[in-house]
Amino acid sequence: MNGLAWPDLLGLTGHFMLLSLLAIGGAITTASDMHRYVVTEHGWISDAQFTSSIAIAQAAPGPNVLFVAVIGWNVAGPVGMLATLAGTMLPSSLLVLAVSRWAAQRRESLGVRAFATGMAPLTLGLLLATGWVLAEPFAREPGQRFGALALIAVTIAAMLRTKLSPIWLVALGAVVGALGGI
Amino acid sequence: MTESATSAPRSPAELFLAFNRLALQGFGGVLAVAQVELVERRGWLTRAEFVELLSASQVLPGPNVVNLSLMLGDRWFGWRGALAALAGLVVVPLAIVIALTLVHDRFADVPQVAGALRGMGAVAAGLVLVTALKLLSTLRGNRLGPWLCAGVAATTFGAIALARWPLAGVIAVLAPLACALAAWRLRR
Repeated sequence: MNGLAWPDLLGLTGHFMLLSLLAIGGAITTASDMHRYVVTEHGWISDAQFTSSIAIAQAAPGPNVLFVAVIGWNVAGPVGMLATLAGTMLPSSLLVLAVSRWAAQRRESLGVRAFATGMAPLTLGLLLATGWVLAEPFAREPGQRFGALALIAVTIAAMLRTKLSPIWLVALGAVVGALGGI
Repeated sequence: MTESATSAPRSPAELFLAFNRLALQGFGGVLAVAQVELVERRGWLTRAEFVELLSASQVLPGPNVVNLSLMLGDRWFGWRGALAALAGLVVVPLAIVIALTLVHDRFADVPQVAGALRGMGAVAAGLVLVTALKLLSTLRGNRLGPWLCAGVAATTFGAIALARWPLAGVIAVLAPLACALAAWRLRR
């Protein structure tokens, strides 16, 4: 938490900017290299701090990318948070805006139509895979299997059949978990 | 496929509030809630438009939901919209996550807290799965046809969920292939 010197802060920002452009599938895909940079190479935070940064961001509401802000905060307080968050968001955001404006002007072109058509099943395959990857660790743990699969089944049924807001299901999950149901 | 959205945000401020609302409901990821809020509750996007935006968000670097918020905001209100949507998504959750960081050490070892987090994690997995199931209906009008669609989706699922190959590599191989197949079908 003690502030970093300017050269270190610039290095931190620059490294996260570089990773930003490599983060296909989200910032979490580059977490291993963030770990290498801030834990192994520079020793700015501990292994446990790194892991809990990711866990906290996933438990909190909001996009999971905020784990980079927690890492930055643990490294160097508010300034570190700005360095890692801006580094992670700026390059990819500018690229996304440029590409989406370019594509919007070519909506009827074969290339853009082929992208939308071809990518739709791939995107849904990815989404199913994400759900699977999130659910599978629960199914492997005998003590958690029944409770977790029941929660997943209730979630799917409720979201398909009712107009219930997802927040109620998250609350249900928290209560069941806190009572030791999973 | 030709149906269009029934409504649109009136101002960047409304966009900010919408993204703030969906971000605060998104535990363990925001995508599922984004689909419910933007498509089902507000009618700003059709399911097919949502899938299209999600495709672009996934292929480009950066967090998917952040990319989605930027593209949507920019579509309606240019730079101001992109900034409003992004700020709505990030500002309040950022304050919460930092506050949690500050109290984390005191609560990390309480078994009820760990249990609650596991329960929320299971629900988050269910929410992602149900989002995928709902969006599958958008493939009905897809010009690839049912068999190619099923093939592409199943290959992607197998490569990521079962074989656990790295995402960037899977996209680098499958995306050009799927788009080339689509171009061939669209040209016929």
